[in-house]
Amino acid sequence: MDSLLNAARPPVFCPGCSHERITHTLDKAFQTMGLSGERIAMVSDIGCSGLFDTFFNTHALHGLHGRALTYAAGLKLARPELTVVVTMGDGGQGIGGAHLLAACRRNLDMTLLVLNNFNFGMTGGQYSATTPPDAEVGSGFLNRLEQPLDICSVAKAAGAPYVVRCSAYRGDIAAVIRKAIEFKGFAVLDIWGICPGRFSKRNRLTTKGIEEMLSRLPPFEGEVPENRRREFGEHYRELAAAQKPVPPPQAIPARFEPVGTGREEVILLGSAGQRILTAGEILCLAGLHAGLNVTQKNDYDITVLRGPSISEMILSPQAIGYTGITRPSVVVALGPEGVARRRKMFAGLDANCTVLQAAGVEVPDSRARLHRVDMKGQGIKGPDWALASLGVLAKLGRVIRPEMLDAALADRLRGDALAGALEIVRGVDPGGAAA
Amino acid sequence: MALTLMEGNEAIARGAVAAGCRFFAGYPITPATTILNHMLAMLPPLGGTCIQGEDEIASIGFCLGASMAGIKVMTATSGPGISLYSEQISFAIGSEIPIVIVDIQRLGPSTGSATRGADGDVQFLQWGNSGGLPVIVLAPADVKDCFNLTVHAFNLAEQYRCPVFVASNKEIAMTRESLDLDSLKPPEPVARAAPPPGRAFLPFQAAEGEMVPAFLPLGGRTLVRQTSSTHGPDGYITTDPAEIARMLSRMQSKIDDDADRLAIVDHQPAAGAETLIVAYGVTSRAAAAAADELKRRSRPASLLVLKTLWPVPAAAIRRAAEGAQRILVVEMNLGQYVREIERILPGPAIGFCGRMDGRLIAPETIVEAVIHG
Repeated sequence: MDSLLNAARPPVFCPGCSHERITHTLDKAFQTMGLSGERIAMVSDIGCSGLFDTFFNTHALHGLHGRALTYAAGLKLARPELTVVVTMGDGGQGIGGAHLLAACRRNLDMTLLVLNNFNFGMTGGQYSATTPPDAEVGSGFLNRLEQPLDICSVAKAAGAPYVVRCSAYRGDIAAVIRKAIEFKGFAVLDIWGICPGRFSKRNRLTTKGIEEMLSRLPPFEGEVPENRRREFGEHYRELAAAQKPVPPPQAIPARFEPVGTGREEVILLGSAGQRILTAGEILCLAGLHAGLNVTQKNDYDITVLRGPSISEMILSPQAIGYTGITRPSVVVALGPEGVARRRKMFAGLDANCTVLQAAGVEVPDSRARLHRVDMKGQGIKGPDWALASLGVLAKLGRVIRPEMLDAALADRLRGDALAGALEIVRGVDPGGAAA
Repeated sequence: MALTLMEGNEAIARGAVAAGCRFFAGYPITPATTILNHMLAMLPPLGGTCIQGEDEIASIGFCLGASMAGIKVMTATSGPGISLYSEQISFAIGSEIPIVIVDIQRLGPSTGSATRGADGDVQFLQWGNSGGLPVIVLAPADVKDCFNLTVHAFNLAEQYRCPVFVASNKEIAMTRESLDLDSLKPPEPVARAAPPPGRAFLPFQAAEGEMVPAFLPLGGRTLVRQTSSTHGPDGYITTDPAEIARMLSRMQSKIDDDADRLAIVDHQPAAGAETLIVAYGVTSRAAAAAADELKRRSRPASLLVLKTLWPVPAAAIRRAAEGAQRILVVEMNLGQYVREIERILPGPAIGFCGRMDGRLIAPETIVEAVIHG
């Protein structure tokens, strides 16, 4: 294959920069693989490593600092057949650390070349995540305070199945890069080189010195056997293909006459675990069976299994504009937490409002009519109180009718759950003893 | 007639799928999470991709990569996530990458209240990018708008090659309401335009008389370059001030010059009205109820509901304000869009009615503000 280097845009690195060597090496790797430019996407980061995409006649995406792996992932998922090579410096690796960890865990088939030259070359030689503490860099004493990051050990710990740490001056570097690109999975190459423009101006660093530093660190030469596993994209597509399509939304035709002609506002005040939100949904579905417009708005704590649970419903033959509660028709008090959360509301209730009060749940004084139902005394379990209260409303002909409720339950529940729910709403004694 | 019970977020997800969206990436955040849930249920069986990123920055980054591969993409978050998206939004603007970004606004600032609504991001969405170039922001008022405007948002992102925001609100997103599916009238989905064959492709070259460059995907047979750096038509870095000025001016003009075409408003004039109420989002529903009540009280007020917030539909606002002695801007924040109204309507007195405590603005509050100022 011919070179993929862009003759019109030769490398512009400082004389002696290891990046230039990697540019030519990468081109050689592409050539020996027989890859043409349109089969490759170069995704480059910011800084000197961010210039790479301009030197090649390939697809190219140059994005934000530290985020190259994110674009590469989207690209690879959208076009699995592309060979995706990401170039990033030690700076981008530092700022995009979360993306490196996630990429290692994810294992998409792409190759990351970290062109590690121990400092931020382009901005003036400041320290990066890999700068040795004894180096003299453009960040004063700050690098003396921090431990340099071992990229390869981190990549391995994060699950990368292919990790290489090597010198940019290694004789077989083109073959090393080629093998990494050919590996089916996420390959991380931590390639150490010299930044003559910044780093080696103040620090003695030679190719031999790099070799010596590398020899003191645990070697990474390719496959990490304990991280061997399926490539993410292929696995994703396999699992995705097995997912069942989502059915179209259920449309409920109006089959029954609505109870009234005006807007009805219903509030269920309960406690977590009382299935308040489900009951609210069922009330709305019951409304749809009578052709009513409905809204449901829920209020609950961000933790589950404790605290208040509140559902506000509006059922109206007219279009519902404002979705706030203005003048409740029915307030169902099932749990002290919910009542406490809406305590202030009770003072504003008028004589047309019914407060359906479960026995044992205290409610503040109001002008509303109290309608007491002894759920506990009827042997109804706590999680069914909200459902039973819908049965009470249906039997009283408030807001909904029994046939609307039965139909709504059949929309939402199946089998034993439906039979149990029907038994509760049909069996509940609507009570009515004034409290 | 048959009705369906649906929350706003599900309608956005279904609208996205109807528009041809086949890639979604997001990070869980209340009150936007259910969009991620719905997309995860819907896209994989359609051969699409839905991913939960390691954070918001990654999620939008995945989308930008996939969009450059030619796929229609969407992400969804709330205010804190928009903050993290900011730099990627700038990338999408400056590098003309089509993307739909849903912001389910919640009460801020900062972490704020995860389960309380607000419209506190409406200036942030326009100005939360470096460089200050225009974006398109659509604001749904109900579940029907959530579906239709999402389809519309995709079409605009494709046609203008820019990020398009759907600025929803917890109060629409997580409120279920009845919806007549037959009443949905979304626009026909459109796709970004490919260049005419036979000419050398330059990724950022708009054709003669056009403001938006044709698009070819990364990974196709023609080599495509994308860059976040200031670039010329060829997608390479440029330092030529004239070339830079031309490029940025085109990016501004492609949206601002089309403000009238992009304007979606609903004007409900009332005979004998002295006041024009201007509202958007969920608040416009209270404003409509207030206008009805004012009519009953023989104090009619006109209503202008804005579905396009950015670019500001200035001509439509000026038309609606003709003859009005007073404008009342109602919004769920401490006064954001009212700035735009003050900017473009120097004539009439402009009042503001706002609320930022996690509660909806009630119709009665608006009625009082109209009558008693």
